[in-house]
Amino acid sequence: MIKIIETVVSVSEFYIRKLKPIYMEYTAIRNERTQLLNYLWEFQDKNGYISTSDIRKLSKELGISWIEIEGVISFYHFFRRKPTGKYTVYLNNGMVSEIKGFQKIKEAFEKETGAIFGETDPTGTFSLFETSCIGLSDQEPAALINFMPFVNLTPKKVKEIVSHLKKGGDVAEIKDEVKDYVRYKNDKGESVLFREYKEGDSILKLVKKQPQEVIQEIKDSGLTGRGGAFFPTGLKWEFARHSQSMQKYVICNADEGEPGTFKDRVLLNQMPGLVLEGMITAGYAIGATKGFIYLRAEYRFLKKKVEDTIKHFYNIGLLGENILGKNFDFDISVVMGAGAYVCGEETSLIESMEGKRGGPRTKVYFPVERGFLDKPTLVNNVETLCVAARVMEFGSEVFSKKGIEDSQGTKLLSISGDCKKPGIYEIEWGMTIEEMLDLCGADDVNYIQFNGFAGTIRTKDDLHHIISGVEMGNKYNPYIRGGGSVMIFNSKRDVFDILTNFSNFFIAESCGLCTPCRAGNYLIGKRLEKIKNGEATYEEIEEIKSWGKVLRDTSRCGLGKTSTNFIVEAIDKFPELFKEKGLKEKSFDLSAALNDYYDYVKNN
Amino acid sequence: MDLRKVTITIDGKKFEAIEGQSLIEAAKNNGFYIPTLCHFKEIYPPLGTCRVCTVNINGKPDTACTRKVFDGMEVEVNTPEVLDNRKAIVEMLFAEGNHYCPACAKSGDCELQRKGYEMGISSSRFPHLFEERPRDFKDDRIFLEHNRCILCKRCVHEVKTNKGENVFYFQNRGHNMLVGMDYEKAKELTDEQVLEAAKLCPVGAIIAKGKCSVKPFGDRKFDVDKNIKWIQSEDMELNIPKDGKKKIVATTSLAGCFGCHMSLLDIDLGILDVLELVEFNKSPLTDIKKFSKQCDIGIIEGGVANSENFEVLKEFRKKCKIVVALGECSIWGGIPAMRNTLPLKDCLEEAYLNSISSENNENIIPYHEDIPKLLNKVYSVSDIIKIDYYIPGCPPNAEHIWKAIKNILFGAGEKVAYEEFKYD
Repeated sequence: MIKIIETVVSVSEFYIRKLKPIYMEYTAIRNERTQLLNYLWEFQDKNGYISTSDIRKLSKELGISWIEIEGVISFYHFFRRKPTGKYTVYLNNGMVSEIKGFQKIKEAFEKETGAIFGETDPTGTFSLFETSCIGLSDQEPAALINFMPFVNLTPKKVKEIVSHLKKGGDVAEIKDEVKDYVRYKNDKGESVLFREYKEGDSILKLVKKQPQEVIQEIKDSGLTGRGGAFFPTGLKWEFARHSQSMQKYVICNADEGEPGTFKDRVLLNQMPGLVLEGMITAGYAIGATKGFIYLRAEYRFLKKKVEDTIKHFYNIGLLGENILGKNFDFDISVVMGAGAYVCGEETSLIESMEGKRGGPRTKVYFPVERGFLDKPTLVNNVETLCVAARVMEFGSEVFSKKGIEDSQGTKLLSISGDCKKPGIYEIEWGMTIEEMLDLCGADDVNYIQFNGFAGTIRTKDDLHHIISGVEMGNKYNPYIRGGGSVMIFNSKRDVFDILTNFSNFFIAESCGLCTPCRAGNYLIGKRLEKIKNGEATYEEIEEIKSWGKVLRDTSRCGLGKTSTNFIVEAIDKFPELFKEKGLKEKSFDLSAALNDYYDYVKNN
Repeated sequence: MDLRKVTITIDGKKFEAIEGQSLIEAAKNNGFYIPTLCHFKEIYPPLGTCRVCTVNINGKPDTACTRKVFDGMEVEVNTPEVLDNRKAIVEMLFAEGNHYCPACAKSGDCELQRKGYEMGISSSRFPHLFEERPRDFKDDRIFLEHNRCILCKRCVHEVKTNKGENVFYFQNRGHNMLVGMDYEKAKELTDEQVLEAAKLCPVGAIIAKGKCSVKPFGDRKFDVDKNIKWIQSEDMELNIPKDGKKKIVATTSLAGCFGCHMSLLDIDLGILDVLELVEFNKSPLTDIKKFSKQCDIGIIEGGVANSENFEVLKEFRKKCKIVVALGECSIWGGIPAMRNTLPLKDCLEEAYLNSISSENNENIIPYHEDIPKLLNKVYSVSDIIKIDYYIPGCPPNAEHIWKAIKNILFGAGEKVAYEEFKYD
């Protein structure tokens, strides 16, 4: 029997007892609504789900309607409205997981636990769910059990895990230590990020400079947004600095949801201090006193480490009031996401931090003008902030002298899939795809997905392409923008399986706010299924390109705009595959359409 | 307050606008129409959900409701590319939901339907999904019909209790998103507020129970202007070859109600003129059951619901040079496709066993090899064969049908004006 423990304390008591510590950390914010996600997490963790009575209580306390809270809960896929088992398993169903044996692991979990995916077993012990990429692509198949990582799963390992848990064992006892495979960095010892971390060094240099000088240094370095949008960081900081407001915020975007990307996980695990120093640098430069790390729920296992580092920074005077005696105050706290890819988009992230559904805002203002709680807000990626700290520490040339003329610096690539050495590669711009494949030990390459599912495709014909931070060049000297993730698939992988997996991801992760992304991705998914089954005409295949254009032109945010790149490019990159699948004339399977009828009349 | 004026250019014409205004409002104030579904007044932040007001701003696509005017703003509203993007979005909405215009209380006053007319949508390029969505009758005063909801966010933003609490709010995400209603908060609304909510809804998703006044055809907000002069058949005669050779026409009604055929006859005496120009072959109008020769044009009413419909349709494609889908049922399924969201089993049992007209202890579902077999759902004719032209309407107006057919047979293809479009 499932034992449901109802919370018996009143919500106000509950807040005081359980939530006060969190609440105190947000001293700068007296807006309770922003706490909604934290409250929901408290309920979710305590009972394994959020009950109707929890919602009623919250509704009364916060003065927002019940339906609004339901709306927020149903947006995030880690929040549950039905009781879950003692152990919740979230198994990654991304494409890299699929090629590493997802299906077998899924079956093993179902067999061992007696539950089926999407549900809880009859004893109320295990709940199994699939989830989008959890940032462990270098050690797939991977799952989160009670948000603790389990990697390189095999059916045997699943059996052992489940039997341990069935005996009432502790998840923490058997969880895996996630390894950070930093496979490549500049061999002359000139790595930007992976050199020795000396605590506080960048801050010591920082406080000797005027904020405007800091911004100039960042500009000189040529640093651009490492999340993949490549917006010039110095310029963004300058906009934020010039926004007039008593209160400004710095947000570190650690919602690394792009499938195949795991560099931020490695940075947060290896050098949480460097991330904090980057945030302090940004805060100092733009005149903000409050910083947040928006950590994706999938990385909850890193939360303690990050928070411990924050505490340590307070203790040694790198955070808090009057940092290093320079009359500069800065606070940092961690905010947890709850499972939504779109929250990596900066305005969605801000909406989520305000305790709302994480839908992208209409871009009337940039976040640097009006962001979190309508105050100027600087949102930067983890890697961007780390590089910024390094630039402070070693000067702009540490970055600007690297790379190629048109594109300066280095970039972390998260490489996964069919290669011998999946992991993090800090490459200098200017490397060719071929060199990269040599480094990671990929000899059979058919399909390379750059920059996540929303990125771009390269094939074995494109090995001479130069990886850089710009999109330009010509036929003889083509550049490819290397946003972060590289997924390699060999010739044994069915391209249509890959495309279907990507399509399913966008259908699951579209927030639903705008028509083209919500309906368009779903319609494209249906069409892709038809193509895969060999039921579409060649015209219908080509038609997808024009559908893709509609999504690109009219979607509300980057998710929708880029969500059809993969399929549109695939049609051009693999023409012979699609030609094989496409029909010359419309065909209609009459007998399949009559099946329901015959089944029924036969049985009656 | 200082209202600074800026100059913007829309489709080559210069207009003055107030700085800070949204483009869509600025255009409207200058008498320039940019279509939209979610925008209903200037609010911050703008809803920006439907994306129907997508235009080109200084060469880049963006939505007119979310962008503020600035000096030197160059806007393209009616280029073929932008027009097609907007049309695609409206077609997507029709394909995504279940919009049975003839069975909707909002028909004629519906903004989605109007956009369809305006943009000249005769068929959606996207296949209709026919996925069942809930119908929520739980509230005493509000009926929430999710099949028609286009998720524009108007009600989420605007309908609040006097304490400012939301009555409606989005639930779930992506394809599963829908608008949820807080029944307790809904009770706090006054009767006037409920009516306003229903009025605010651009489609027939929020219906005030017992209060939706069904207006007669012709009096509804987006009905055809009564004063329109239909193009008479004489206007066409210039294009008609004088060699006296009649064009051969075939017609059929598949899963339809014969309403389109009835409408076809509505030109009254005009039919005599028509007979000068065409000769009917296989058609219910002539009662000719079999094709006796190749035809110039085949007109199909109704969708494909059973095996016989399928065979007839296939034969039409073989025997007719041009095939025209006439009316909503043939174009996408129409009213018979209401069954598409349900399993066939439920439909059969409801029709033959459980309906109020069934005899007690009825337990026979007709089955004989000569009886056409039902397909799992009702298909549009374009699911089966290539269709050359679509004539929308339920039914299409008689003049409209003949104008279109003559155009196809003797002119340069079908051209239908907004005033002649009709889905109900």
